[in-house]
Amino acid sequence: MADAEKLLLCFQCGTCTAGCPVSRFSSFYNPRRIARMVQLGLKDRLLSDAALWLCTTCYTCIDNCPQGVEVASIVRSLRSLSVKERRVMPLISKKLALNILKSGYAYIIPESRIRRRITHGLPHLPRSNLKQIAKLFEVTDFLDTIENAETFEKVEVKE
Amino acid sequence: MKNSNPEYLIFLGCTIPYRLPSYEISARKVLKTLGVKLVEMPDFNCCGFPVDPVNHELASALAARNLCLAEEKEMNILTLCNGCFGFLNKVNKMLKEDEGFRKKINEDLNEIGMEYKGKVEVKHLIHVLAEDVGFEKIRQNVKKSLSMIRVAQHTGCHLLRPSKYTLRDGLDGHTLLKELIELTGAECLDYVDEGECCGNPIIGVNEDIPFQMAREKLEHVKRVNAQALITVCPFCHIMYDLNQPLIERRFNERFRIPVLHYPQLLGLAMGFTPEELAINDLRVKPIELLNSIYNAE
Repeated sequence: MADAEKLLLCFQCGTCTAGCPVSRFSSFYNPRRIARMVQLGLKDRLLSDAALWLCTTCYTCIDNCPQGVEVASIVRSLRSLSVKERRVMPLISKKLALNILKSGYAYIIPESRIRRRITHGLPHLPRSNLKQIAKLFEVTDFLDTIENAETFEKVEVKE
Repeated sequence: MKNSNPEYLIFLGCTIPYRLPSYEISARKVLKTLGVKLVEMPDFNCCGFPVDPVNHELASALAARNLCLAEEKEMNILTLCNGCFGFLNKVNKMLKEDEGFRKKINEDLNEIGMEYKGKVEVKHLIHVLAEDVGFEKIRQNVKKSLSMIRVAQHTGCHLLRPSKYTLRDGLDGHTLLKELIELTGAECLDYVDEGECCGNPIIGVNEDIPFQMAREKLEHVKRVNAQALITVCPFCHIMYDLNQPLIERRFNERFRIPVLHYPQLLGLAMGFTPEELAINDLRVKPIELLNSIYNAE
């Protein structure tokens, strides 16, 4: 985990939550509380907390923290850990990952759009080496996860 | 000293070819005129960022594969997308600085016959415009001053933060896009919370929060009477342009704020026609803005 030991320096000032654009619209996502829960070792509660998936990665919390704690990086690590241990992930993440596996790109770009590039005078869009991409999925232990993980569509916000 | 013959490998990413050819079309036109040579990548893959939340190692390996492909070409990367810039640049710096991380990712890359060596740099379009082309050369290429219009800018998170990865010598990320806009002659207005996130990255799991964030941004921009909002990221652009009619319906408000890619604005000032810059691709048609520009004579 990215500089995880720094989390011990968090004294719960709440600057992260105060500057968080998501927290401003929904108290359901609260980075200060997530940092505290990690300090307290509440692993099961954290990994099953749907609010983890509401961080937009704007990184305001990282730049604002007076103690140099990277709250957004900790949230990212918790997400990965949750996927690994609970085998649950957002449907959108599974779709994007499968698209990358199948095409190299995060979306399956329709042939018509690839052809339209010529009309626009744009260069040909290259094809990725899919064997190499699949190998990277395999060696990072993600092929099995992505095939078998359960998914959820939406994060319901509970105030 | 500015680089007189800058050459970059262009990294398109996925969202621009999939949804926003107008950004690519306009960027290629202005860069060519400004003397920046773009070389196509013979092969690349998604920058890796979309899978970072679910598997950091895979995401980093995907980013590193792109960096290795650039190393093979011995060229630095130029991105148009903040997401691609933010992630490729961050992984590049982490790989350069953290030996343990580099060893782990190189073990993955070894399986596909690649090795990360740390020989290239990643820049966003606005860095190349400021650092390689230079303000003076851009000013010299402005044929039609846009002094009759007032706009606002949205730089986007991944060009600004985390500052330990985004800070660049001699550039202030928070004002750079403003300075680039002002080179066209247009006035760039200040508004509340300019550095705030568009919300797009979580729209796949929750629409409510990002739409409220985008609505607030559009309200702030409208309050200062900006005639357009200028972006340099496909995700921010989708939020404010493509989704603007949805936001208007959802909150029963009327914004009608055109959102232009920066190279479209610069292109107009450089004398390209709206057609050449694919301005008609925009969801919110900038009719009044174009009227102000072309009827001011």
